[in-house]
Amino acid sequence: MIAATLSRRLPRLPISVFIGLMILFLVLLCAIAPQLVAPYDPLAFDFSALLQPPTWTHPFGTDQFGRDILSRVIAASQIDLQIAFFATTGPLIVGSLIGLFVGYFGGVADAVFGRIVDLVVTFPFLVLVIAIVAVLGPGLINMYIAIGVVGWVFYARLMRAEVQVQRQNEYVAAARVLGYSVPRILFRHILPNAIRPVIVYWVTDMALAILLGSSLGYLGLGAQPPTAEWGVLVADGKNFFTQAPWMCFFPGLAVVVCGLGFSLTGDGFADLLDVKR
Amino acid sequence: MYRAIYVATRLLQMIPTLFLIGVAVFIIARLLPGDSVSAMLGDRATEEAVQRLTRQLGLDQSIFAQFVAFLQAIARGEFGTSLAFRVPVTSLIAERLPATLMLTGLATLIAIVLSVPLAFCAALQANRWPDLLIRSVFQVGLSSPIFFVGLVLLTVFAAWLHIFPVGGYGEGFLDNLHHLFLPALTLALSFAAVIMRSLRASILQVLRAEFVEFARAKGLAGRIILFRHVMRNALIATVTLIGLHIGQLLGGAVITESVFAVPGVGRLMVDSIFARDYPVIQSLTFVLALLVSIAFLITDIIQMWLDPRVSRS
Repeated sequence: MIAATLSRRLPRLPISVFIGLMILFLVLLCAIAPQLVAPYDPLAFDFSALLQPPTWTHPFGTDQFGRDILSRVIAASQIDLQIAFFATTGPLIVGSLIGLFVGYFGGVADAVFGRIVDLVVTFPFLVLVIAIVAVLGPGLINMYIAIGVVGWVFYARLMRAEVQVQRQNEYVAAARVLGYSVPRILFRHILPNAIRPVIVYWVTDMALAILLGSSLGYLGLGAQPPTAEWGVLVADGKNFFTQAPWMCFFPGLAVVVCGLGFSLTGDGFADLLDVKR
Repeated sequence: MYRAIYVATRLLQMIPTLFLIGVAVFIIARLLPGDSVSAMLGDRATEEAVQRLTRQLGLDQSIFAQFVAFLQAIARGEFGTSLAFRVPVTSLIAERLPATLMLTGLATLIAIVLSVPLAFCAALQANRWPDLLIRSVFQVGLSSPIFFVGLVLLTVFAAWLHIFPVGGYGEGFLDNLHHLFLPALTLALSFAAVIMRSLRASILQVLRAEFVEFARAKGLAGRIILFRHVMRNALIATVTLIGLHIGQLLGGAVITESVFAVPGVGRLMVDSIFARDYPVIQSLTFVLALLVSIAFLITDIIQMWLDPRVSRS
């Protein structure tokens, strides 16, 4: 269904989506084969080149140990792409399933779900995630758990609304008359028709996950040093921001560019799949 | 009459919400893996200290009794004692809250001042170059993490140009404003992007609405239509949006305060995590959720005041 819609509309790919996809392709390349793209070993100290400003030999400059910032930014793309994927995909799967069930069956489950949604939107998202990380302890895995505990709600809410619309359609009534089992109706009939807005939200959510993950890394609550992660790299450079602003600037710019890649692609998906937001 | 009933109903609706917030905060605190007392005190605590804190926190009672005690304490406005600062959490929060409120208030103001005129400009020039330029700039703003924008502004305006202080809060109202301007601008940029995007869409929608066409047919001047009809309706949507994003703004304040060393509740929260100051973390989570639900309430009341249809439904 999605593939068919995509191929029909692909010729009208707007320039912004093209830019978004190019960015994601480049980041993916850096993440898959950092040794091919990076000019230096990201962990190699070079005491003859400490805190060097950007030059041709070190385009992004060097840090207080003489490590090449460009190579470190490239190495960090691995962790940040991982964050974008894992912090959103868990909530996507769990939230979609829950949304599918409460949307189809309604009743008590739906009422309970409504209360949970009310509750979650009352907390500032970041504060709730930080509070859970505080309890579990800082770190990448705990960050995924904290984001997952809160994040599934948004996917479930979206899925529930869509399923409630789809449920009214004749094809569902027809499937019931034909005596199909409930799982078959849910997964073979309703799910493919209801998943589009959820998929679009998923792509946009990856942009938010990169921002959230790097922010937690910056605060010291996400990825822990010496793991190279863009937010952690910015935090590393913060102590030198008057003498060596490039230490903060380039890793931060990487977050912006990568976030832009996801949000442009997400917007393009929304247009292509005709999803109103 | 309708309005009074509406406000009363809305106030009553706060009670179950507050109760649920209490439940959630209580559960999060109980999630603490292992023994929370030794987690707070560290490995080298004496047996006596462990027992004293267990009793002080009421952890020797049943879960239900703990929960009732927790709700009673919250109702009295007592949040226990900070483990790191050794002062009542209530006074600690009361001391830090003004900086955060001023920061978020100033940020909202800057966001509105930036986004409203630009949204009008973008909507009236839809799909021409001013629109595309404004939207591209804000698209980049939406993808920029707060800590990065903060550090860039800090480097340029504080470290290089010395126009603003590097951090802190200052003394007295004007000095506070001077200290909080850069942090507020940081917080405002992504918020302005959100407002701009939605306001532009709702202006375009209103411009196509029948009552605007009718006003035009009546021969009203363009400017009057814009201010009296389009602006009023588009602003209702914006007020709702601002209310819904107060939570995000408070979350953003946590990061902004860390970047600019503003002594507000956001920075207190991050510091408390590293100090394992659980009473403070628990209370702050509650207080921030309380602030958001109050913001929701105020939003609904303003919306009712702007749009009489709200209270009748």
